[in-house]
Amino acid sequence: MRKLESTRYTIVFATVVCVVCALLVSVAAVSLKPRQAANARFYMEKNVLVAAGLIEPGRDISARELDEIFASRIQARLVEFATGNLVDADKVDARSYDQRRARNDPAASRVAPRNDAGIGRMPEHGVVYFVRDGDKVEQVVIAVEGLGMWGTIYGFLALGPDGNTVRGLTFYDHRETPGLGGEIGTAEWLSLWDGRRGYDDKWHARITVIKGPAGSPEADPLRVDGLSGATITGNAVTKLMQFWLSDEGYGRFLRKFREGAVT
Amino acid sequence: MSAVLPLNAQERTILTAPLLENNPIGVQVLGICSALAVTTRLDKALVMGAGVIAVLVLSSLAISLVRNHTPPSIRIIVQLSIIASLVIVFDQVLKATLYEISLELSVFVGLIITNCIVMGRAEGFAMQNGPYRSVLDALGNGLGFALVLVLVAVTREVLGAGRLFGYTVLPLAKDGGWYVPNGLMLLAPSALFVIGLLVWALRVWKPKLQEKG
Repeated sequence: MRKLESTRYTIVFATVVCVVCALLVSVAAVSLKPRQAANARFYMEKNVLVAAGLIEPGRDISARELDEIFASRIQARLVEFATGNLVDADKVDARSYDQRRARNDPAASRVAPRNDAGIGRMPEHGVVYFVRDGDKVEQVVIAVEGLGMWGTIYGFLALGPDGNTVRGLTFYDHRETPGLGGEIGTAEWLSLWDGRRGYDDKWHARITVIKGPAGSPEADPLRVDGLSGATITGNAVTKLMQFWLSDEGYGRFLRKFREGAVT
Repeated sequence: MSAVLPLNAQERTILTAPLLENNPIGVQVLGICSALAVTTRLDKALVMGAGVIAVLVLSSLAISLVRNHTPPSIRIIVQLSIIASLVIVFDQVLKATLYEISLELSVFVGLIITNCIVMGRAEGFAMQNGPYRSVLDALGNGLGFALVLVLVAVTREVLGAGRLFGYTVLPLAKDGGWYVPNGLMLLAPSALFVIGLLVWALRVWKPKLQEKG
């Protein structure tokens, strides 16, 4: 028992345990990273389809099914935020564009204008997904993000041909408190957005998550029910929505889109 | 079981006692926290049960192997380091394989680290027993935990959503069926009620478990 109680042995033993545990964790994290990244990407693209209402939330689909739906219904393009113009489809493959990486790449991003959504930098280009039925563009899906309670909230917003009426919304990556703010990721709450409007009559981005219940989408199109116990998350959603619908975000593009200038 | 594993009577007790007579949730009332959080759906409960079994077995094995070399003054922190590392590995594996379930389980996978059952078996059993018995004990306790989780999850998913594994069992009234789901079953307090009823049922069935007042 002497050996076990000596200070030197204790320190050596603790060091060995730490090194072994650290090795185990590092090997697992590094070796599994590519698969996790692929899963995250797949889940992101799946959420484009969920936002557009092409698949039910929570439904399992295979990578092949996803590719088929993308090939037949979805056209991904890049938008230049400053002008609202689309980037030539030949120049860049919008589906493989990584908006999060672009945001952190000094060459592809800039300091965001002053905003309430907690957005420090923003990319020069944003992805849009046109949802087509034959030749007709039925919806356009834009990517939204902003600072929530505990971290950045990422989502997709699907708008109708008027570039205003919400057709669907998802938040597929967030760190909000499970059970409180985390409810923004549930299909029940997200379905409350269907039929609401992003802009008021003067085309200002006005959609707001309020405290308490809002009216029906027809009677109360600019307000959405808040979540009790999640005021900060609700406000964060309001701010990020208004930011990305404004001219700093997709606003210029959406104006051209509703006027039929881009398809 | 004994046909598969070479077990003597004592070892069989180590493995099977935690399933019912000494169930970690039902009798010892440990590990309640995750039982409340992850039992709204059966698939979540099964993944959580598998995670706890894996972490419990591997940590008990590792802790038992080094038990005679562990300085007593730092034994708890050594146990915690091993348990925490295994939980992180399990979380990483989950994100690489069952991504969407890992999102739903969110923080509760990480919270296996603080699951009282894991710590309890490490300090209470693996520190005093050899690797083989420690693994049996861990397996028994893990299965006992998973069993309760599954029972609670089946009750909650069927009564709360009319479904099991996402498939309709009781057709909901809003979809043209007859069943009006009990929304309470989807909220955490219902797990307390269900576990309470289980604890009661277990003690009625096995009267020797009843504490003398």
